[in-house]
Amino acid sequence: MAHTVRIEDNGVSYTCAPAESLLEGMQRLGRRGIPVGCRGGGCGVCKVEILEGEFSTRAMSRDHVDDDDRRHRRLLACRVYPAGDLSLRVIGKLQKSVCGATPDPRLPA
Amino acid sequence: MALTGVLRPGHAQIRVLDLDESVRFYKDVLGLVETGRDAHGRVYFKCWDERDHHSFVIREADRAGLDFFGFRVLDTATLDKLDADLQAYGLKTERIPAGEMLATGERVRFELPSGHLIELFAEKTKVGNGIPLINPAPWAKARDNGIAPIRLDHTLLYGPNVAAVQKIFTEVLGFYLVERVLTPDGNANAAIWLSCGQKVHDIAFAEYPEPGKLHHCSFLMESWEHVLRAGDIMSMNAVPVDIGPTRHGVTRGCTIYAWDPSGNRFETFMGGHLPYPDYETMTWTFDNFGQGLDYPQRKLHETFLTVVS
Repeated sequence: MAHTVRIEDNGVSYTCAPAESLLEGMQRLGRRGIPVGCRGGGCGVCKVEILEGEFSTRAMSRDHVDDDDRRHRRLLACRVYPAGDLSLRVIGKLQKSVCGATPDPRLPA
Repeated sequence: MALTGVLRPGHAQIRVLDLDESVRFYKDVLGLVETGRDAHGRVYFKCWDERDHHSFVIREADRAGLDFFGFRVLDTATLDKLDADLQAYGLKTERIPAGEMLATGERVRFELPSGHLIELFAEKTKVGNGIPLINPAPWAKARDNGIAPIRLDHTLLYGPNVAAVQKIFTEVLGFYLVERVLTPDGNANAAIWLSCGQKVHDIAFAEYPEPGKLHHCSFLMESWEHVLRAGDIMSMNAVPVDIGPTRHGVTRGCTIYAWDPSGNRFETFMGGHLPYPDYETMTWTFDNFGQGLDYPQRKLHETFLTVVS
């Protein structure tokens, strides 16, 4: 059963299957939201803070997610799998470019 | 003999987040040949047409990225001379004993002002490419396993102090500057492409605030058709692709950028022009960086500047 994920920064919601990462689910929307980088837990651009909801994770680089981040559920969306409905906000280093007031004309709307 | 000193890229050691998943990727999808495992848990690979024991080593770690990048030099006398030259230049060097890495002689290691560890070595066991040296066939069966590049070609590293890095490579190690991209104000280099032979580059650097970052390790393909076939295999295996297939303006090489399962970018690359050490450096202004990166699309992909491991 798919779960609903809400990006609080822009109010967009999408569905995400339990076997899909939060990033894969969002990519199916074909619109802007969480920045997409390596999709392997190594580059850190898709960092989000999970505000509510249950989930599981796979390995991600400590360069981007340390113990404090884990305690505060600041994780890489490409490595987080939903176990229920979730809400999150984007905190990766490209956050401004994807959630800022000015749309980036190079990216699909 | 014209080619002396530093000969070619010899090895990269990369950190991966899940060893088994990464071994499967590098063997079955990229199509490297596994040549050994050591007591540190490292797994050694070579490209099918390489003759040395290994060119690509992975180890499991809690973060992705590059441990070090090594170059083969002509012989041990060259190794000793370059070690002395690096020290005379003011760099601290370290000797890693023979055998620390499988089938590899003594290595000289030093840290660049960009935060990267570079190694030089003169000896590594030749295991061959599966083709006899007498009456050799043009290729071996391993050529058809996965993407199957023919060699580790070069790396692009991101870090600070690119101007100081350039001086070390050109003034101590005998490299020359083939191409460069200027900073927006035109007063410095944002990125540099350096060669130690007649390849269009053996190592490249881009100015970046965080030290020691890996942009990509590049693997050489035989033809544009092999690059397209690599793209097919990436999609068949749901490998995340960054850019391409396309052609770079810088180097004229044809390319796909993609990521391994830990977010280390790699490149399947072919072509490029053939520079000589006497050629003038080619310069790209920053406003043409898009064409330099992706010539047909004329696009400075955001991930190129921001996504590293």
